[in-house]
Amino acid sequence: MAKTAIKAKNSNDLNEIRALIKKHKKNDLIFAATGMFVIASLTITLLILFLDLVIDGYPRFTLDFFSNFPSRRALRAGILSAWIGSSLVLLVTFFVAVPLGIAAGVYLEEYAKKNWISDLIEINVSNLAGVPSIIYGLLALGLFVYSFGLGSSILTAGLTLALLMLPIVIVSTRESIRAIPVHIREAAFAVGATKWQVVINHVIPYSYGGILTGVIIGMARAIGETAPVITIGALTFIAFLPPSPISTSAPFLNFEWLDSAFTVLPIQMFNWISRPQHAFHVNAAATGAVIIVLTALMNGFAIRLRYKIRKKIKW
Amino acid sequence: MVDKNKHGEIVKAESKNLDFYYADGTQALKNVSLPVYENKITALIGPSGCGKSTFLRSFNRMHDLYPGNRYDGEIVLHPDNTNILDARVDPIEVRMRISMVFQKPNPFPKSIYENVAYGLRVRGENNSRTLDDKVEEALKGASLWGEVKNRLQDLAFNLSGGQQQRLCIARALATEPEIMLFDEPTSALDPIATVNIEELMSGLREKLSILIVTHNMQQAARISDYTAYMYLGELVEHDATDKIFTNPSKKETEDYITGKFG
Amino acid sequence: MSDINVSAGLAKNFKRHLAERIIETGLFLSAAVAVFITTAIVYVLVTEAIPFFQHVSIYDFLTDTVWTPNYSIKHYGISALIAGTLTTTMIALAVAVPLGTLTAIYLSEFATHKVRETIKPVLELLVGVPTVVFGYFALMLVTPLLQQIYPDLTTFNMLGPGIVMGIMIVPYIASVSEDAMRAVPMAMREGAYAMGATRFQTAIRVIAPAAMSGIVASYILAISRAVGETMIVAIAAGQQPNFTFNPVESAATITAYIVSVALGDLEHGTVGYQSIFAAGLTLLVMTLLLNILGHWVRKRYAERY
Repeated sequence: MAKTAIKAKNSNDLNEIRALIKKHKKNDLIFAATGMFVIASLTITLLILFLDLVIDGYPRFTLDFFSNFPSRRALRAGILSAWIGSSLVLLVTFFVAVPLGIAAGVYLEEYAKKNWISDLIEINVSNLAGVPSIIYGLLALGLFVYSFGLGSSILTAGLTLALLMLPIVIVSTRESIRAIPVHIREAAFAVGATKWQVVINHVIPYSYGGILTGVIIGMARAIGETAPVITIGALTFIAFLPPSPISTSAPFLNFEWLDSAFTVLPIQMFNWISRPQHAFHVNAAATGAVIIVLTALMNGFAIRLRYKIRKKIKW
Repeated sequence: MVDKNKHGEIVKAESKNLDFYYADGTQALKNVSLPVYENKITALIGPSGCGKSTFLRSFNRMHDLYPGNRYDGEIVLHPDNTNILDARVDPIEVRMRISMVFQKPNPFPKSIYENVAYGLRVRGENNSRTLDDKVEEALKGASLWGEVKNRLQDLAFNLSGGQQQRLCIARALATEPEIMLFDEPTSALDPIATVNIEELMSGLREKLSILIVTHNMQQAARISDYTAYMYLGELVEHDATDKIFTNPSKKETEDYITGKFG
Repeated sequence: MSDINVSAGLAKNFKRHLAERIIETGLFLSAAVAVFITTAIVYVLVTEAIPFFQHVSIYDFLTDTVWTPNYSIKHYGISALIAGTLTTTMIALAVAVPLGTLTAIYLSEFATHKVRETIKPVLELLVGVPTVVFGYFALMLVTPLLQQIYPDLTTFNMLGPGIVMGIMIVPYIASVSEDAMRAVPMAMREGAYAMGATRFQTAIRVIAPAAMSGIVASYILAISRAVGETMIVAIAAGQQPNFTFNPVESAATITAYIVSVALGDLEHGTVGYQSIFAAGLTLLVMTLLLNILGHWVRKRYAERY
């Protein structure tokens, strides 16, 4: 080794080394620049996507668009039945997926013992997250539409999307619960609380923010899901509204709307983009803009919420 | 039937031939038989890993929270004369009578009032008058009332370390326990806060019995009436504090006390 | 010498105990729903596919390269649909793997904290874009752009949706790979820097190999996602089954076929109705195998730090 060190003092070798370092630094810079370029392009793509929809759909951003039914005349067509349908379906999805998902997450984190049943459940939850959404549609078609006889209704769609949303709620519930330090839990038990009291008085209230983040992200995804809803037989041309859940005569709440035929925003967009006439494409763009604004707002809100929670927690 | 023993004290609780095994099979306690005397402070000392915290946490069945742990032997509570480790015993009932203060202050992320009231609420106490009274009493018992009486709705996290630990003591006191377990309660606090808490514990003797684990021998010498020296899961010696620190019977005890090892 | 009976003050409170048990059972059932769903998926797909396979032999199903359920002479060769799925997936990967990996390396090894915190939300927003919007994009923006370069390109082709799917998948690869790379301990990086390596050399020679199991797992996740994608291809690749691997042609994927049947008249019990379950079963098997592969890669090559 000593010989090499002495040899390196020879200026030729030194120059070689310097050239090598220079080359490496150049590669480094090139890569950094490429990286920045790629990331900038991705960001710009997102913007282009949004702008494209807004520009294409611009002519249709009128109040009429939101209050009209779809029609054979592209100019008269609106998304009334679509956004009402989406709202009602999401209502069902929320009330099914959220309690079920939180309960499942709580069980897996607080109650499950280390046995094969718990392992089986965990494997299933992570597996279900990777199942293509259209398969949920096929499941719903065979099970809800036919076997349970629920038909191609709002209830069916709500249940289907709830199944899709379930893994997201379960995972975010579990992650939020895991963030609660052990000594807070021990303190609660030490004072004589039962397992359920610890869950309801401490665990859920402290993981509330994280769970909410997951729920919002799940709902944002559900708004945009098209394939499973088409598969269960949602109609693509609806010129009527489902019966209202609230009525002026008693009983003030009814559930007929659950059974109704319906359509949702992404299906309406899909229907319009599938038509050859350009005028319908404009409608599709406008609908797309509406959908993307909704999902971007929800996702953005969830991201901000998660950021704020991370800052606030100082166990 | 009151149990009096060689020290002439009343036994509040005692372990009898207690073994403890963690889920991975390691035996953390070996045949520990130790009395906790009524209205006295008993200190547990010994080097790290000797099992003193494990022993402490057996008294309120904290180990039950983690599956796989196993007790062998008894911890008998008086006057019930019942082994609290028995499978038929409800750990919740045990914890309502034997409370614990932890090493690092761990108040709930709630208000000061709610922290103290929580132990009462889980018992079904909802009457706000009763709660107010008991919370005040507990905070006074923990020497914290004066400092917080005007801001009970403040978040507990806004208190200083020493105040938080006193809040945890108040929380444990609110349920009027018969035994209080302290797991190195001042190791995370500054010297002034430590003195406050030591004074507090001395006062609490009148109402209940105390078992304290401490790493700090001087603390044991200062405040406890009886001291037990543990090593590698076994009880080496248990006696009046004065005797342990001035004239221990066992050589191992003497070696540890004088700092020859540990 | 303790009492053989448990004193009243310490015995189990029956009512409280019962309430706790009931709650625990309820929570358990909620968690078990996951198992129920998987079972139901397999059950529905299999029971509807069985009559299909009584009508069409498995051999024909697997080897025939024509899928024409609506013609007078019906062919049910799943290979036609698989070809569409594979081609679009390959194109998507050709776009997503380099872009995603590059992004991941940049975010993990080069970017400052601020840049990372700004870009990660952008990636998450990209994930949140509904696929039907991406489909619009593919048909109305990307294909016309491609037609400028290659005028013979038909309106429905596999290149446009393939590229757009790639863009859609980039965040999946980027975030999972980045997580894997960030999990590599700082000590390894410091060792490399101390020897005079540049960030690029460290990233390529030290970090990426260490995080390889996570990176490969992200690729497999991406494949799975591309295979299961429906709307982008349904809108922009056409819905005509076509056994080809040529990106400039139109074709139908397994998923697009299912949707096209669902849009029409679904007579419960007909072979046409059952065919979508057979197609769905094929899709499920493919994604299941991919998930298992990803899981295996993760476990087998996981670095223990």
